[in-house]
Amino acid sequence: MAEAHPVGFQWVVEAKKRGARIIHVDPRFTRTSALAHQHVPIRVGSDIAFLGGIINHVLQNELDFREYVVNYTNAANIISDKFQDVDDLDGLFSGFDAETRTYDPTSWQFAQEDQQGDLGRAQADDAGDTAAQRNTASGLQNESHGMQVGSRPPRDETLQHPMCVYQVLKRHYARYTPEVVEQICGVSQEDFLEVCRAWTENSGRERTTALVYSVGWTQHSVGVQYIRAGSILQLLTGNMGRPGGGIMALRGHASIQGSTDIPTLFNILPGYLPMPNAEKHQTLTDWIDSVRNPGSKGFWANAGAYGINLLKAYWGDAATPENDFCFDYMPRITGDHGTYRTVLDMIDGKVQGYFLLGQNPAVGSAHGRAQRLGMANLDWLVVRDLFEIESATFWKDSPEVATGEIVPEECRTEVFLFPAASHVEKEGTFTQTQRMLQWREKAVEPPGDARSELWFFYHLGRLVRERLAGSDDERDRPLLDLAWDYPVHGNPEEVAGGWGEPSAEAVLKEINGYEVATGRPLSGFLEMKDDGSTLGGCWIYSGVYADGVNQAARRRSRHDQSFVAPEWGWAWPMNRRILYNRASADPEGRPWSERKAYVWWDEDTQEWTGHDVPDFEKTKPPSYRAPEGSDGVAAIEGIDPFIMQGDGKGALYAPQGLIDGPLPTHYEPVESPFRNLLHGQQGNPTRKEYRRADNPMNPDPRETAAADVFPYVFTTSRLTEHHTAGGMSRYVEHLAELQPEMFVEVSPALAAERGLEHMGWCHVVTARSAIEGRVMVTERLRPLRVEGRTVHQVWMPYHWGQGGLVSGDSANDLFGISLDPNVLIQESKVGTCDVRPGRRPTGPALREYVEGYARRAGVADGDQGPVVTASAAAQQESAAGQDAAQQHSPQQREDQ
Amino acid sequence: MTTEKAARTKRSLLPWPVLRQLADGDVLGRGRSVRSKRTDELEPRTATADRVAHSVCPYCAVGCAQKVFVKDDKVVQIEGNPESPVNRGRLCPKGSASKNLVTSDLRQTTVRYRAPYATEWTDLDLHTAMDMVADRVVRSRRESWQDIDEQGRKVRRTMGIASLGGATLDNEENYLIKKLFTAMGAIQIENQARI
Repeated sequence: MAEAHPVGFQWVVEAKKRGARIIHVDPRFTRTSALAHQHVPIRVGSDIAFLGGIINHVLQNELDFREYVVNYTNAANIISDKFQDVDDLDGLFSGFDAETRTYDPTSWQFAQEDQQGDLGRAQADDAGDTAAQRNTASGLQNESHGMQVGSRPPRDETLQHPMCVYQVLKRHYARYTPEVVEQICGVSQEDFLEVCRAWTENSGRERTTALVYSVGWTQHSVGVQYIRAGSILQLLTGNMGRPGGGIMALRGHASIQGSTDIPTLFNILPGYLPMPNAEKHQTLTDWIDSVRNPGSKGFWANAGAYGINLLKAYWGDAATPENDFCFDYMPRITGDHGTYRTVLDMIDGKVQGYFLLGQNPAVGSAHGRAQRLGMANLDWLVVRDLFEIESATFWKDSPEVATGEIVPEECRTEVFLFPAASHVEKEGTFTQTQRMLQWREKAVEPPGDARSELWFFYHLGRLVRERLAGSDDERDRPLLDLAWDYPVHGNPEEVAGGWGEPSAEAVLKEINGYEVATGRPLSGFLEMKDDGSTLGGCWIYSGVYADGVNQAARRRSRHDQSFVAPEWGWAWPMNRRILYNRASADPEGRPWSERKAYVWWDEDTQEWTGHDVPDFEKTKPPSYRAPEGSDGVAAIEGIDPFIMQGDGKGALYAPQGLIDGPLPTHYEPVESPFRNLLHGQQGNPTRKEYRRADNPMNPDPRETAAADVFPYVFTTSRLTEHHTAGGMSRYVEHLAELQPEMFVEVSPALAAERGLEHMGWCHVVTARSAIEGRVMVTERLRPLRVEGRTVHQVWMPYHWGQGGLVSGDSANDLFGISLDPNVLIQESKVGTCDVRPGRRPTGPALREYVEGYARRAGVADGDQGPVVTASAAAQQESAAGQDAAQQHSPQQREDQ
Repeated sequence: MTTEKAARTKRSLLPWPVLRQLADGDVLGRGRSVRSKRTDELEPRTATADRVAHSVCPYCAVGCAQKVFVKDDKVVQIEGNPESPVNRGRLCPKGSASKNLVTSDLRQTTVRYRAPYATEWTDLDLHTAMDMVADRVVRSRRESWQDIDEQGRKVRRTMGIASLGGATLDNEENYLIKKLFTAMGAIQIENQARI
């Protein structure tokens, strides 16, 4: 955090000054470790074992915050007795289909929902089509939907029923003892128990513990389950929805939160509505019901309004109740259309045109060579950036030009490099990592022909529509009927010529939503109607333009308002700064303690009040109990803080929505020198793979001879002085000077083992590539003892490419493509490698060198060992639990 | 600095700073002994700016508030905003370098074009380039259009156009990007948020 989010880290330092204890768990000693009370070095890729160990410590010693756990989590819910856990099945859960490598989650459900007739209602979206969900990244109901469980699962609030979540959880983590943590993670039992003590002693009524992770956590084949493990721990210790608690994702880009809320992602639409799927969403009703799920509790019940307001914002007057608000204008997804699939399709010649918008995949995406070879096989490429980045110049100076794989005279890709406006040359909002939108004013005009994306896409849309004007082809209606009239301003000459800058504020007003007849901005999503009388582009952002005021532009000084600072910017939803903050009060609505008072029920005024906007219906008392048979918002009881979940409770156990299982369990990374100590199942059995000769993965440790080829573990992260793929830092003089060269950090022990000299050259090799850098020998990295052996870990920054004021090899060239099954994010924080002294070969010799390694490792043809390694008996038994009638279409079997 | 003392310093045979410090009693060298006429004439760029725009740092997701100082329509300084509850005026090395980012001579200011099989860039007029891109979008969309997929399902889309980027774009920009591509039928629209 001190390295990559230094200004955010000032608050950790403030907390430390007030007595907080700071623990830093990281493979490498960093500036964060230097200011922490305790640094715990850990083996990369073993975090679930570590967190599972803490969960086990909490459960074995009954250190959970019991009143919170019983009332606010699903600990008491009773699970179907058909559920079988990983300890019974060699690392698989029940319901596994070895052919598609996915689960039928029927046996994972809460008990009542296992009965005939109830299942369909409770699992509208989930039963049986998990292979398709993996392809379309639609597990977790598109990332933020609550679980669509029935609103009243059977409960045992004594937590003694053998199949209640609490007991299942306790059995699941019983094997994660301090000894096992030591063996898997390389963390001493003493260090580990110190973390356990600190975490539990600092949680409860009077104190809260915060879990802060950086999004390298998501870049694992079990990334979602890492975060689930953190959530389980924070729910057990009663830290969710409370001040000083929670889980904080330190995201790495100025508006990456906004890029998910208002996505440019293939699987979702603004506000986490699903992109319509040809199979599941043939009609508007299918689409809406898949989100609102009749029978569940919570605010997704109003999905009809959210979806129809979006359609109305897209197609304006053309969208009417009679034509289902133009729902048929939406293109349909049918499978995996993620960025990695698309790049492989480029290599295979299936894609003609590609837009790169402030993005440099030649350096920033995993498997850089595949990225560049893909770009070299397009008809046309549009790059919009501040500088001449590597993704714009791959045809003349990429590593593949040196190896002879790209020959400029033979490369057909037509490239347009458009200069982009910088953050001070345009107005608009960023959404930072705590969901807060902040409006930026335009300071100056962009230089020369530099323009904003708003300008580019507004005018591209205008020009495309001009070209199609008069078309009677039905396929052109969605473009011609598009609501695309935005007021423009800026340079008078440009405005007069028809090339003005569209008003970002007008777009923000459309995002917020307004009454169609009057243009009155909506005050929030509760005003959205499902009859076409209102429109709004992103329901969760509704309220950002309430009263016609740009709430994101508010900048009341921190000195003139409370510590919550509600009048600085605007946070979604409804300016709530801590989500689910109903949980900061006890079941009766009183603060858990004076010290941790945040939001509470005021008996006198009969409403929720406090320091923040309550994340709960303002006048629903804690004593409210839902009438029998209710659903939606009415079914949320006074003690259900988690208002987006189908049962209103925090999910210790996730019976649906996850492709890889209801509970996080330790699997080894795809590339690991170790066998899974706990189970025969080595890695995540459901991970997404692309097995092809141009995407070889290093062998797993079963191939013993081959494992010696890549004996070390490597990881990457950021330097304070550089930013991601370097497009905004390697071209900036001060930053380039501060960190001028690519380097490879190794421990003194590894340096001795491989003959590496401090400040000399070395190179790192995987089955994909070999890259070079200066050697940095440092005790910031130290060898760990794992499963009785010593493991060396290598660390690299990933900011360099061939362009910029300072250039160097790109660490992302080392990674292959293998993805988390829930969200299709690549495993690019852990791999195996070799490290050798001296520089790497150049020219065509580089490919020969790398291919020699791949041959010796036995992976040259892209054919690795099996993914499913649980015993045959376990596979059989797991499969027996699944519905025999379940058929999977051939389409779903592709690209597992 | 008084005229008398300045004259004395000037006359000194050894005008070393350390002697000035001792002679002036400014032992730590933080006071008058290190001032000059030039020093006194200097004014911070923040004081002479014509206007200040409220902005936000474009690097990581902490969301540090910035004040952008402008003189003669040029950015002359960018500083952290002390009123912000997020950063209290502080910026990290990258945020502090953001003036350098936006004023860099290395920035592209014209459209660069690389024709198929060419070995060098050429320049293109902005509006011409826009027309060329629009032509290619229309053509690729037409050539790769699918009303139904290979399994006969209604999809009405193009698989010929893809997009990736960027998590430093504004919400309003991402909104228009997704809106236009969706209407166009382009679905391989992705972002750093997947990476």
